[in-house]
Parts: sequence; structure tokens; C-alpha cells
Amino acid sequence: MKPLTRTAVIAAAAMLTLATAQAQQSITIAAFPAVDDIAKAAIPIWKKTHPTVEVKVVSRAFADHHTAMTTALSTSSNLPDVMVVEYGYVARFAEGGGLENLGAAPYNLQAQQAHFVPYAYRQGTSNAGAVVAAPADIGPGTLLYRTDLLKTAAVTEADLTQSWESFVGAGVKIKAATGAYLVAHARDIKDIVIRSDIKAGEGLYIDNKGKVLVDSPRFLRAFQLAKKVRDQKLDGKINAWSNEWSEGFKRGTIATQLSGAWLAGHLSNWLAPATKGLWRAAQLPEKAYASWGGTFYTIPKGAKNKTLAWEFIELMTLNPAMQLQAFKAQDAFPALVDVHNDAFFDQPIEFLGGQKARLLWRETAKKINPIEVHKLDPIADEIVNTELDKVLDQGKDIPTALADAKRLLERRVNR
Amino acid sequence: MSTPADHIPGPAAQPATRRRWRLRTSQVPYLLISPFVVLFLVFGIFPLVFSFWLAFQSWEPTAGLASMKFVGLDNFRFAITDEWFWKSLRNTAWLALASGVPQHVIAIPLAYFIHTGFKRSRNAVIGAYFLPYITSTVAIAMMFGTLFSTDYGLINLSLHALAQVPGLGWFFPDAPVDWLNRAENVKPAVAIVVFWRYIGFNTVLYLAALQTIPSDIYEAATMDGARRVQQFFYITLPSLKPMIYFGVTLSVVGGLQLFEEPFILTGGRGGTDQAGMTTAMYMYRTAFEFNDFGGASALSWLLFVFVALLTWLTNRAFRPRGNAS
Repeated sequence: MKPLTRTAVIAAAAMLTLATAQAQQSITIAAFPAVDDIAKAAIPIWKKTHPTVEVKVVSRAFADHHTAMTTALSTSSNLPDVMVVEYGYVARFAEGGGLENLGAAPYNLQAQQAHFVPYAYRQGTSNAGAVVAAPADIGPGTLLYRTDLLKTAAVTEADLTQSWESFVGAGVKIKAATGAYLVAHARDIKDIVIRSDIKAGEGLYIDNKGKVLVDSPRFLRAFQLAKKVRDQKLDGKINAWSNEWSEGFKRGTIATQLSGAWLAGHLSNWLAPATKGLWRAAQLPEKAYASWGGTFYTIPKGAKNKTLAWEFIELMTLNPAMQLQAFKAQDAFPALVDVHNDAFFDQPIEFLGGQKARLLWRETAKKINPIEVHKLDPIADEIVNTELDKVLDQGKDIPTALADAKRLLERRVNR
Repeated sequence: MSTPADHIPGPAAQPATRRRWRLRTSQVPYLLISPFVVLFLVFGIFPLVFSFWLAFQSWEPTAGLASMKFVGLDNFRFAITDEWFWKSLRNTAWLALASGVPQHVIAIPLAYFIHTGFKRSRNAVIGAYFLPYITSTVAIAMMFGTLFSTDYGLINLSLHALAQVPGLGWFFPDAPVDWLNRAENVKPAVAIVVFWRYIGFNTVLYLAALQTIPSDIYEAATMDGARRVQQFFYITLPSLKPMIYFGVTLSVVGGLQLFEEPFILTGGRGGTDQAGMTTAMYMYRTAFEFNDFGGASALSWLLFVFVALLTWLTNRAFRPRGNAS
């Protein structure tokens, strides 16, 4: 064989080998509903820059997904390249140290910090300072209310938002005039009030020195307000995502819902589409800026294709077109501030009677303070909810309930 | 060049080649049962041993297997002094009794009634009672969740309609019953579902046992003038004792491990004030919600002690008299 021919054959063989290797490349994205659709919708854009890399989206129900990811991290097996994590699980997964620090090289997400909503970026950062999760979408808190019910009861939006006391007072009028509940569950009010007025260094339930805070004034007020609502029969004792919850929305027996901005999309798409035009959005009472959930992208330390995984995460979190596409298709409010001035924010929302609610939510997103998270937050939440149940249903004295909650939580902290 | 004779193995080589692949007759049974043994070791024994090991460890699962730390009996100490563990045990015992006792008290006469009262349509009737047992628990729990709905559920609508009937009104509540949102109602609601699901299974058990009782005993009793009720109490019931022992043991074990029905009916939390949270649910939540796998394993072994103890007591109560074994 002539030297030239031999070189050409070797080069062709090398290119073929490379092409085959690239064709065999694939990355796995583990996600839960809605986010899985967003990831699948990104594949055509991904293919433009990575034509030979397949994207496999593994979708599980929300709880199953996080259980499967816990198991995968615990055994370091069957780990996806990209792990989608909901806000509530970020601290838990960060605690184990099984996630890559995206803030450091080679990812250097820290350099992109200014592009994200500040509180969302902080939520993806562990207490040790590692950026374990890149925020994709956020859930700025809002008050959704039924205009028709408010009109019948001669209640204004200001009555609902001025203070928590005026919110409850408005509920009394709504119940008397329409028979509708003010809120689905009194617990919803407690959940907001305990998240308001959190001081620097304080977590939701436990501060950064391990001190349990569940008997602090914000918990006392939250319990008192919830009790007031229950005593006046202003809540339907309806849990979120239950059949009764969606029926309540459809039949107009729930006048308001404190929730993330994303709920407007759910109401419009499947919960109560027939109520189009009857809902409006407002800031939470007493300007309690709070967040409801959020989606984050992470890379497990045991992932096989970290470079490609990071490129996919960049596409999902830092690409303006992708962020807007997810917002338009799935109401995934962008964590990327670069798109917050897009014309889409100025567009009226038909379901909310033409209100330009995205501008309202954008303001909320700017003002939300990040809350320090603790690995015992899930059990603290359960302890507080159980004591609230006793207050609401069995008439347990509030200070005693909070003291019991503190004792139960301290027992876990000191373990 | 070789001749054909070169390819014919000699008498010494032939058995040696075959012996390599041949199993001794005594080994064949082991080979045949090996699939089961392997699966049992992987999915039965290994989880048991691992769970026992975990019960003595503190483990942050998301940090991998290497992060386990031996903590001795700490997990057991914590579980025994845990209010929620005892609350879950009380809930479990309540549900096991409220759903388990009626299953047998009703299934025995029901089986007797079907056995004596139905001829041609008997299999269809048994099938109808057995249907809930083979239906998906998730589907059942979701269906009952809808039926128990406070404002829109069929049960409350029916109770309300009955309350309007003159003369019956005093017996039925006029206001809707808060089945799944009041602590005192959660357990009865769950017990109703469990009872409804397993009554058919127990009825089939007792029907099978009834068929083994010789008919000539009944004929002799009839000749002696024994009435139906007397025959039931003096012939049927004593003859069913071995099956009652079997059925009650299954109910005790199943009742103490109750998980799916309360889990789905109460949204995974056990309902208000955790009134429907069974020990199996608490174990699950401790592991997968509260991330404490060591604590959950300790709970599971404590539950095992209770199940073993109650099974032994059942054995003491129902085993045939005069039999030492």
C-alpha cells in the first residue's frame, strides 16, 4: 500500500471510529411531570448543536422520582447524567455531598450568578457554599381570587391584601354572601405567615446554630390566624391536589388560593378551565413575598457524561429561548432574569380576565428573600402541621401546641 | 494426513469428556430449585439482613453506602421513646381490630349462608364477594376517597337523603360527615375499606373449610332434631376452628402491616393529627420522607417483634386443645 493511500485509510478509519463513538453517545435526564415535557421539547434545539448525542428523558411521578433519586445516590448506581430536583429536595440531596458543585470549575456557574433570580440562586446553594443546583424555574407566591364572589360580597382586592386580619374579615363577608370558603385549608395561611419576616441567619424552623424556632412570634401568629379561620368556618379543610380541591375551584366554593404563580396555568389547563375570566392575581396579604417550589438541574457526582450533562443544563437554565419556551408552554416561570423584560411578560393573561399578572409576579420574584434550609425541614413541617391539626380540630391550646412542637423537634435536632 | 480412525475417541477419553457436563442425579434437584433460591436470597434474605444491619447504623442515604456510621442501639432507643411510633402502633392496633374482627364474625355466617343457601349461583356469589380482594388497592382506595368526599361524596349524599326520610331522620346525620378530615372519623373510614376488601377472601377460606365437613354429621343432627342454629354452633363452628386459626393469623399479620389503604386515603400523611398513620406508613415516611433509613429499619424490627408476639398469642388462643405442638 502506498504511503498516501495508507494515510487516507487510517484517517478514514479514525473518523469512522470517532463518528461511531459519537453516535453511541447519549445522556440521561431524570425528571418528573411537566419538567419532562420541557426537557423533551428542548431536544430539537439540543440536536442542532449535538447531532450525534441522544437525550433519554426518564420520567417518573413526582414522589417516585425523588425516591428513585435518593436510592440512586445511596447506592451510586443507575445515576442519570442530569438529575432534576424540586426545591424541597435540594437541601436534602446537597447534604449527602452526592452532587457536583456547579459553582466551581469546570462548570463555573458562579460567574453566571447575576443572570438568575437572586433567591433562586441562593436556594441552589448549600449551607457550605457549594452551588449544587442550577435554577430553571421559580414559583413566586401570589393570591388568586374569584372576582365574581368578591363582587357579590362587596369585597375589594385591597380588603384581601391589606393585612391578614382584613383578609380574614373579607372571608367572613364572602362566606355570608356566597357560602364559599375563603381558603381551601387554614393550613395554607399558616404556611405563608411562618415564611414572612424571617431574619438573616434564621431558617424556617431551625436557625444556623441549630436553635429550634417553632415557638417564635411568627409561628404564634400563624397558628392564631389559622385558628381564627377555622373557628369562623372559613376553610373547607380541603387538601391541595385532592378531588375536592379541583371540585371547589370548578364549582366556585373556594374564593381564594394562596399559591405559586404556576397555579394559574393549572387552573386554566385542567383544574377549572370553565372559570376562565373569573380569577385575578394579587400580591399576598401584608406583602408577604414568598415562593412555592421551583425546579433545579443537578449533576450527580457519579454521572458518566458530566460535560454533556452540563451543556444540557446550560441549555435549560441559561438559554433565553428555552426559558421562554418553557414559560409559554408549561407556565414555568423563568429563573433567568435575562428574559424578564421580554414582551411576553406584558401580554395579558386571558384566564385572569386580561390581567398582566406576569409583571406582578416578576416584582414578587425580585423581592423574595432566600430562606436557609435545613435537612430536618421535612420532619419539622410534619411536626408543626400535626400540632396545628390538634389546635384546629381538638382545640389544643396554641402555646402548648408550639411548646410540644419545639420539644419534638429538639429531640430530633439533638439526636 | 489422518485416517478416520484418528477421530474416534478411545474408550478412556470418551467418559472423561462427557463427565464434565453431566450432573449427578443428586445434584439435579438443587439445579432445578436454584432460580427460586437465588431470587429468594436476593429479594428475600438480603433485604432482611441489610435492614437488620441498617437498624444499627446512622446513614445519610444520599451520601452513599460509605457514609454509614455504627450507632449501636441508638435507633432502637429513639424509636421506643418516640411518641409517633406509639401513636402509629395504637392506630395500627385500632385498625387491625376494627377491620379484622368483623371480617371473621361476618365471614363465617356469610360463608355458611352461601354454602347452604345457594346451589347454582353459588360460584357467581362467591366471585362477587372475592372481587374486591383481587382489585387493585390503589383503585379501591381512590374510589373510596371519592365516595368519602365531605361535600360531594356519594356516602354523605346518601346519608343526607336518608336523614330526610320521615321516621329515619333521627338515625342519620343531617350535616355532612367529615370522613377523612376529622381525626375521630379517619380510622373508621379506613377500617370500612379494609373490611370491604378482605371480607370476600375470608368468606372463601371458610367456604372451603365448610366443604370438608362431612354431610352425614348434619344429617345425624337433623335426625336428632337439631335446628339450623344449633347445627351452626355445635357442628359448623367447632369444625371451622383450624381455618379460623389460619384466617385470624393472616388478619393479624396483614392488619399489623397495613399500608396501602390508609396511605392513599389520607394522602400519604395519615390524615389530620396522623390519625390514620399506621406503623408501616410511619416506617416508610421515616425512610423516604425524613431520610432516616436507620431509624426506619429499627422501627421495622420493633414491628416484627409485635407481629411475632401477636401471632404467638393467636396460636395460643386458637390451636386445638390437647395438642402440645
